[in-house]
Amino acid sequence: MRRVAVTGVGVVSALGFDRESFWNGMADGRCGIETIDAVDCSDLKIRIGAEVKRFDPLMWLTAKEIGTMDRSTQFAMVAALEAVKDSGVEVAGERAAVVTGCSLGGKCTEDETYRGLYAEKRTRFEPMTIPRAMTNAGASCISMRHAITGPCYTVSTACASAAHAIGQAFWMVRSGLVDIALTGGNEAPFTLGMLRGWESLRVVSPEPCRPFSKNRKGLTLGEGAAMLVLEPLEAALARGAHVYAEIRGFGMTADAAHLTMPSADGAARAMRAALQDAGLSAERIGYINAHGTGTAANDVTETQAIRSVFALPPPVSSTKSMHGHALGAAGALEAVATVLALDRGVLPPTVNFVERDEQCDLDVIPNASRVLAVEAAISNSFAFGGLNAVLAFASDGATRV
Amino acid sequence: MTDELAARVAAIIAKNQRIAVETIGAQSTFAELNIDSLDGLQLVFALEEEFHVDIPDDAAKEFRSVGEVVNGLEKLLLAKQAAASPASV
Repeated sequence: MRRVAVTGVGVVSALGFDRESFWNGMADGRCGIETIDAVDCSDLKIRIGAEVKRFDPLMWLTAKEIGTMDRSTQFAMVAALEAVKDSGVEVAGERAAVVTGCSLGGKCTEDETYRGLYAEKRTRFEPMTIPRAMTNAGASCISMRHAITGPCYTVSTACASAAHAIGQAFWMVRSGLVDIALTGGNEAPFTLGMLRGWESLRVVSPEPCRPFSKNRKGLTLGEGAAMLVLEPLEAALARGAHVYAEIRGFGMTADAAHLTMPSADGAARAMRAALQDAGLSAERIGYINAHGTGTAANDVTETQAIRSVFALPPPVSSTKSMHGHALGAAGALEAVATVLALDRGVLPPTVNFVERDEQCDLDVIPNASRVLAVEAAISNSFAFGGLNAVLAFASDGATRV
Repeated sequence: MTDELAARVAAIIAKNQRIAVETIGAQSTFAELNIDSLDGLQLVFALEEEFHVDIPDDAAKEFRSVGEVVNGLEKLLLAKQAAASPASV
């Protein structure tokens, strides 16, 4: 089986529109959570989010393309364009794949349609309503823009969507099914309907989320997209490409227990599966990018799971404290955070941290990033529906030894 | 009515296709204007919104040129006008 390198990344998030603004934001411990602009929240309990502000898709896409794409798809397209440019390799043809994660599909399009339908009693709708709202629109539009004619599909597993997508793309490149893959996730959940739905779940924090911190009040929603270019390590080294990290393992499990309550066992089994797939022992993992939503339940359960897998847990952080919980895109934003941490030798922090919670007794890299080169890292994604996906990465330094 | 109608149709096609209105002739075909099936759907939607008229699927399928759009629309608008006027004894 082939070894697989990450040679390009593109990110659109509350921290900015490209790799460096994303990384610099995290390295500086900047929280991208602000008042939501997209929706009038005066009547809502949810008023803050990690929103992608001042996004002008015309910087990357034609007016005609934009007219056929939901905001979520526009994010996916921009992240993919940035990732391909970053990798410096042509991603095209039958031996290339696109696998994206997306939980919600084109919610901005749907919300606008339903407002017209129910509030304005409109009877005529934009003809692109259905194709704009498809959950796979990101993957499809990316394949068209880049002339990628191999496997192309979208995985929808709520908050683990992107991690499942990246894991499958990784396995396809590793097995030789394809020679290159463009993979990640995209999401744009800031609509009135979505915010009302989240409000009723009572898991969204009224203040910027504080993962693993005592008296945390829940998660903060985010939006954006991240895409990664995966190619065989040998090919990447042969063309002199910059290798951000090697993607080494992927593990997935189901809790088969509860729709919304997480299970430490399911999460721990996914971490072990990823380590086994990677051929890495737990001691070699120097950093964990946690699912770390900031809800009471997740952070305690995830701590238990980490402690059951790692006798001496490495530093753990939740970058959701900076880029928010981007749902179907979360696993992709966090995979990029993890590979950049390996690449730069800096571990991003958990910001907004106030006070240690005895039930979350981990080193959560509170509030400030830490200069620390590590050999390998994992990124956790645990979804509603009890679906767990974990990705394992190794640093380029470790890769070359 | 037809000249004014033709001018409004041309303006909508120009906006829909993001092309200059001067490039649209009275008898330009959709093929000449690069109007594909999806563009055609969006054009029909824009025409319905502009003229407050429902264009049936069969009529929409007949649209292959600017002239056919103008003629088709004219018929629909006349039918709508007739339906709205008080019935004559």
